[in-house]
Amino acid sequence: MAITVSIPTILRTHTGGEKSVEASGATLAEVIDSLESNHGGLKARLVKDGTLHRFVNIYVNDEDVRFAGGLEAKVADGDNVTILPAVAGGSR
Amino acid sequence: MLVIRRDLVEAVVEHARRDHPDEACGVIAGPERDRPERFVPMLNAARSPTFYEFESGDLLRLYREMDANDEVPSVIYHSHTATEAYPSRTDVSYAGEPDAHYVLVSTREPDSHEFRSYRIVDGQITEEPVTVVESYESSPGE
Repeated sequence: MAITVSIPTILRTHTGGEKSVEASGATLAEVIDSLESNHGGLKARLVKDGTLHRFVNIYVNDEDVRFAGGLEAKVADGDNVTILPAVAGGSR
Repeated sequence: MLVIRRDLVEAVVEHARRDHPDEACGVIAGPERDRPERFVPMLNAARSPTFYEFESGDLLRLYREMDANDEVPSVIYHSHTATEAYPSRTDVSYAGEPDAHYVLVSTREPDSHEFRSYRIVDGQITEEPVTVVESYESSPGE
């Protein structure tokens, strides 16, 4: 069984328009590397200087990975990984 | 162009007034990009006069809900409480929905407000006209 990754609209240019793709790995970092090998360019949109980009939120099942070890968050076969653009901004 | 019902504009402005001087934020979901229908005010997790952010759990629930309803974020709105209703550099750097209408409301004047709409794609801001209507004439897709 693989890991299902939901891709937000803004990143679907990297997945040929697919909303959802499969990946593998035991940690989020491995899942992202596996995504990158099939969908080049995705990793740079998710990771910057070795940490998760602040413009995206990534969840393993229902948990925001920021509270679960970040790139080291554990992922298991059958899990759902959801990537969403952070909705934020401000006048300054 | 953004065509939007008057009651939705009023709901956004009321939310912005209520949370002033902090920034208010939310979405209007709809069956398609040009059909804003369901007003969803969100909590500004930053509770700040100069920054807004959807709380991450709320964000996940919102997108799951929209997925289940076959909706998209037609409008993503927030307020500026001391400056004009124009996207800041921070707004542009975070703008992650290339299909959405980004609505900004300014509440800097107590008696009047600005309500303006933009597309933000690849870091480029394009203002678009806003047409306020009493109701939408045709069904989605017609």
